[in-house]
Amino acid sequence: MQTIKYILQKEFRQILRNKTLLPMMFWVPLMQLLVLVFAATFDVKEIKLTVVDNDMSETSRQLVSKFDGSTFFNLNNAMQHPTMAEELLLEGSTDIVLVVPSGLEKSLIRGNTAKVQLLVDAMEGNTAQLIYSYSSQIIHQVNRDIMAEQVKVSNSNQLAQINVHERYWYNDNLDYKWYMAPGILSVLVTIIGMFMSGLNLVREKELGTSEQLNVTPIKKYQFIIGKLIPFWIIGLIELAFGLTIAWIVFNLPVNGSLLLLFGFAGLYLAGILGLGLFISTIAHTQQQVMFMNFFFMLIFILMGGIFTPVESMPDWAQTINHLNPVYYFMRIMRQVILKGSDFADLLKEFTGLTVLGIFFLSMAIWSYRKTE
Amino acid sequence: MEKIIEVKNLVKKFDSFTANDNLTFEVKKGEIFGFLGANGAGKTTTIRILCGLSAPTSGDVRVAGYDIYKEQEKVKQNIGYMSQKFSLYEDLTVSENIRFYGGIYGIKGEERKRKETALLKNLEMEHARNKLIGSLPLGWKQKLAFSVALLHDPKIIFLDEPTGGVDPITRRRFWDLIYETAANGTTVFVTTHYMDEAEYCDRISIMDAGKIEALDSPTNLKIQFGVKTINEVFVSIAR
Amino acid sequence: MLILFGIPITQLLIFGTVIKNEISDVPIAIYDESKDEVTAELINKVRSSGYFILDENLESINSIDQILKKGYIREIIVFENNFAQKLLKEGRANIQLIADASDPNLARLVTTYTTGIINDYVVKMNLNKGMPLQIQSEVRMFFNEEMKSSYQFVPGTMALILMLVSALMTSVSITREKETGTMEILLASPLHPFQIIAGKVFPYLLLSIINAFVIIFIGNLVFRVPIAGSFGLLLLETILFTTMALCLGIFISTVAKNQMVAMFISLIALMLPTIILSGFIFPIENMPKILQVLSYIMPARYFIEIIRSIMLKGIGIQYVWQETAVLGGMTLLLIAVSVKRFKIRLE
Repeated sequence: MQTIKYILQKEFRQILRNKTLLPMMFWVPLMQLLVLVFAATFDVKEIKLTVVDNDMSETSRQLVSKFDGSTFFNLNNAMQHPTMAEELLLEGSTDIVLVVPSGLEKSLIRGNTAKVQLLVDAMEGNTAQLIYSYSSQIIHQVNRDIMAEQVKVSNSNQLAQINVHERYWYNDNLDYKWYMAPGILSVLVTIIGMFMSGLNLVREKELGTSEQLNVTPIKKYQFIIGKLIPFWIIGLIELAFGLTIAWIVFNLPVNGSLLLLFGFAGLYLAGILGLGLFISTIAHTQQQVMFMNFFFMLIFILMGGIFTPVESMPDWAQTINHLNPVYYFMRIMRQVILKGSDFADLLKEFTGLTVLGIFFLSMAIWSYRKTE
Repeated sequence: MEKIIEVKNLVKKFDSFTANDNLTFEVKKGEIFGFLGANGAGKTTTIRILCGLSAPTSGDVRVAGYDIYKEQEKVKQNIGYMSQKFSLYEDLTVSENIRFYGGIYGIKGEERKRKETALLKNLEMEHARNKLIGSLPLGWKQKLAFSVALLHDPKIIFLDEPTGGVDPITRRRFWDLIYETAANGTTVFVTTHYMDEAEYCDRISIMDAGKIEALDSPTNLKIQFGVKTINEVFVSIAR
Repeated sequence: MLILFGIPITQLLIFGTVIKNEISDVPIAIYDESKDEVTAELINKVRSSGYFILDENLESINSIDQILKKGYIREIIVFENNFAQKLLKEGRANIQLIADASDPNLARLVTTYTTGIINDYVVKMNLNKGMPLQIQSEVRMFFNEEMKSSYQFVPGTMALILMLVSALMTSVSITREKETGTMEILLASPLHPFQIIAGKVFPYLLLSIINAFVIIFIGNLVFRVPIAGSFGLLLLETILFTTMALCLGIFISTVAKNQMVAMFISLIALMLPTIILSGFIFPIENMPKILQVLSYIMPARYFIEIIRSIMLKGIGIQYVWQETAVLGGMTLLLIAVSVKRFKIRLE
């Protein structure tokens, strides 16, 4: 017990004294948090629309003005030929081209097919999906208006209408920052847990001081605890720091229990600290540690759903995610922060983190040897 | 005379390379025992085994009266070690290093303070108490590393190439410290590739290609090989 | 070696297969207060669309919050009572779509898709009643017919990997020589600093180009990302970008004190900004203005633009000459600054 106290004393002294490390651990994450969260958005606004109206009828004008009036679209260009408009697509100066063929209105009146063409720049899949969906909605609205007029004129059967009301729960502004911030915070905690602690350990190896320690009667578990606890504490502090910043800058609420959040964070940290420790016992240089950590972290983070939803991933990926601690933690962060989920809702995640945590820590303890 | 180190048929292999090939030797209490040999002869391997940093492939080894296979922790409580890298924490002060290492060996509070003062006085470094190790000259680091390794009054101290990279005068002064320590009853086991330092030892052994090729007092070896310096003894062996 | 090829290929595979925004088999739930034929038909349409998986039928309105909190169901479709009747008699009925907006993008996609399915149904319903024809739309997805995510990400991955690996490897390798002291030996020799650096960098240039090749081929063969444009131009641009990344690595090595710092700058300070601000995943046009400005200094931004244009649009140099010029300029700038710093240290 006493020994651990001395080890912790030494570790904290060294960390606090490290002039480059300390600011790095706070400022760099802070910057990243701010920049990333503001930048990362899949929102689509101000879609550049080019219209090729070869009909110039009342109907076509109705259609065009509906698009123009929509907050999503910016009517930028009107062309006379589809080919000219396609040129704009190639250049990248327009996102979508609406081509109204001549004779549209006449077709509608006669009861023949009336088709408009939508040419969408689909290089960015997500954007294209949204553009198409928004366009379809607008066309649907125009169709409804046309029908409504017809009904007035012909007094035929009333047209039926289903009103769809969208309710967005937990994030009614659809603020993408609220989605990214918990994700980025998870990343920051992970970096501290895996990266920094592992680096620290390998540094001692390189300097020879860890050898010196191996000659002393210090016990393996004392050494390991001494190495993990400082970063465990720092990780939690960083989380608190990050949450505060997010609250100030993005108005990110914490709808769930803070205690629960930090409890899970502590559990998560313990596990990945174990993983980081394990990596550094099998690595010999700081370089190797960096690479291995970078590699694992990148995979874990991307597959954990930081940018894109896990639901969209192929089945095999979703299965593998059961072994991914970051996946569980990111879910926990988002659920607790945005929805106020409680412990009972997160049983699966709890189990996952506990099992993985025990596994990683055991690997770390098993692989660390005082004697080769 | 009490035997502080007993090695019988020690073998250490790294895959197919045999670093220590069937070594047998003893070190007596209070001796200054020099473990000599060229670079790559296997000295560091042996000392690491004796300190418990490395496990033998086979053979019996007893250090400070304890079996290194079964009584590792007791061995470690009774030995001190100073590596080539000196291994004090550069970003901690002298006092903080002492506090840390002392604490690990169970020396705390008043006792530690007493020892700290005595150590610093002995080295004439009282003013350096609160200086970072990284800011001190090499010779001072060396002496400090040595003294800290002795903090817990071990029966034997292992020195692995302790004088590497240091000027001759500092080297000489360091050996004064070693004499002092041996005079107090602590056994000193030192490896070196400086042949002149061999003269300072009570007995020396010379390793070549994993085997001990000579073991005796410097004087006896010079007579045995009919030469005037240990260097020449070494050269004869190496041929 | 493993690192040199393992990392890029793994990243490519992940970005190509895992990072997606496409909707398929998204779990949803239904709360149906009516349970009549119309609702049943609608539910069926939703189910058979391929986008959704009906996971649960809720019995009470209270279970909505409960189930969303578990975090698996992404949308709940709520049908009001007497749905079919209301539709028939009053001509209108209401559906609520309650979406879990903790992932706002997914939520929006889910609701717009659901609405699309419902709208389709309404149109058919009205057509059957003998209503006049409606305007239909025919959509052509340019450059990426199936709206596949991999088209978007594979070019970006290439940029990312080349950038990281080249800059990282070069900066670390040069800094390592600085640390171990061998750099000074080289500098003391009659070799011109330029030759020393060129010697260090050339192997990585080759390796990076091989990497680029591998990525393009995997992208083409495994993910069917087309190479609609000139392969030769693609290659040239890749070489240009790789050279730039290597020069960036050289520059980093002139400012980094030791390997750790070099690695840190290359990996962390370079990687995340590159991923986020280069248009790799998130479209630049939708970012706040300041960040859009910032993205102008990200070399990857230009390269991604070029690669996408060549591979997906199939256009030639006349469209991408501006971006190419910028990359070229950056390379020259980096060389100039690095040489200057090098000379300063020599004095």
